[in-house]
Amino acid sequence: MTPLILQVEAYGKHFQLHEQNKLIPSSHNVSFSVRAGELTALIGPTGAGKSSVLKGIYRTYLPSAGRILYRDTLGHELDLALASEHQILELRRREIGFVTQFLHCLPRQATLDVVAQPLLALGVSRDEARQRAAELLSAMNLPERLWSVSPATFSGGERQRVNLARGFIAKPRLLLLDEPTASLDPATAERVIGLIEGLKSDGTAMLAIFHHPETTRRLADQVVELAPPPAVEELLKEIA
Amino acid sequence: MNKILEVRNLSKIYGPGCPLCLESTGPEADTNLCPHCGSVVAIHDVSFDLFEGEILGVMGESGSGKSTVVKNLYFDQAPSGGEAIFYDRDKQHDLFALNAAQQRWLRNHRFGMVYQNPHLGLNFNISAGGNIAERLLMSDLMDYGAIRERAKALLARTEVLLSRVDDLPRNFSGGMQQRVQIAKALATQPPLLFLDEVTTGLDLSVQARILDLILEIQQELKTAMVVVTHDLGVIRLLTGRAIVMKYGRVIESGLTDQILEDPQHAYTQRLVASAL
Repeated sequence: MTPLILQVEAYGKHFQLHEQNKLIPSSHNVSFSVRAGELTALIGPTGAGKSSVLKGIYRTYLPSAGRILYRDTLGHELDLALASEHQILELRRREIGFVTQFLHCLPRQATLDVVAQPLLALGVSRDEARQRAAELLSAMNLPERLWSVSPATFSGGERQRVNLARGFIAKPRLLLLDEPTASLDPATAERVIGLIEGLKSDGTAMLAIFHHPETTRRLADQVVELAPPPAVEELLKEIA
Repeated sequence: MNKILEVRNLSKIYGPGCPLCLESTGPEADTNLCPHCGSVVAIHDVSFDLFEGEILGVMGESGSGKSTVVKNLYFDQAPSGGEAIFYDRDKQHDLFALNAAQQRWLRNHRFGMVYQNPHLGLNFNISAGGNIAERLLMSDLMDYGAIRERAKALLARTEVLLSRVDDLPRNFSGGMQQRVQIAKALATQPPLLFLDEVTTGLDLSVQARILDLILEIQQELKTAMVVVTHDLGVIRLLTGRAIVMKYGRVIESGLTDQILEDPQHAYTQRLVASAL
């Protein structure tokens, strides 16, 4: 068996909206693991809290319950739910990548620089980083005339390719993917699937949510089905 | 990554103060004015760490005490309590235990400040170039030619037209005054920079250019920054971590994306929900 990278134990997330005095359940009692060079896919109906699992691992959400055990390059085990902010930032910079459904990037920045950014943060020279960004963008079929402009005006599919290229470029140890092929045409989706397979064979561990069951079937080594979270009343009983 | 600044339990009270000040003020009490003695608890028990090359956001509405935090750290005011350690290469400075001369030395050599109001950061009676020269002189650069070259290079870096190096700041636009302030703050290449609402009140397009400039500088020079702002857009654009203040207290701190997407405190939730 390849090494274990991530082990999630009984992860839960709910939101406490103070203003409306409401509790919103999101993910509930989710457990699974992800290994190096393998892809674990999360499936389940809308509202089962799939994205909320990814965001909890990346700490964009503060987990409400459970443990998120991550084993870093040096073999140390760390609970991402409890790690310090600086530990998380360092892991985001060096080891953990996240391709979200929407592209968050600096406005007014050229696409090539948006994609090159994770490499720059690792200290790679600007020329080399841009060179690698250009290679990835052409592998994803993004027309070269778009490289020097900001993705702000791009179509959904173009943005998604920029987002993916930025997620792939630094070859993270753990990559979180939230519907990475949802708005791509079939030919481009096929190229992206090829790149994901390439990253897997290079040893990247992946946790992904795919729009199409077919993609899950092709890429996943493990499939984890999430059930919708319990109703608020039951959750309250559990928390109390 | 190394720590550059450690702030512990910083507090600043204006007025006589009384034993009831602390329990009668803060977010729970919904005021920073002590009803018993009339003192203003501007900040209380503010703690945070800043690492080299990192940008920390201090957010909150007017009167939350966020500017007071940086004014104390830049020695514009003396705090009522608390401590701050500045880690400078192999030295440690206990900021509020230093004497006035030592504090002035750090201000002139190792810290930089950009104020919302350019009158506070610039001398309006001398030219843009002169303002930068003043700071270089304070940091012991004495050669006239060298000073002038360095001033020009800094103004060019912050995109101030070189033909205006001898003009008075009062004849500059608001955005240009902020650029001169930034050039002045950077003159000594300080490892630590404080930015207090630097884009507030500027046109959106000017704001955007200034924010881009700040980010470029941060990437080039790896300057650590504390950015005070009420603007969530600035927080999102510039900072990696942030603290949220209300009535002088820190009510929430965390990674910036977490604060914006999963705010924990009722006040932060309202603040994020009211963003345009």
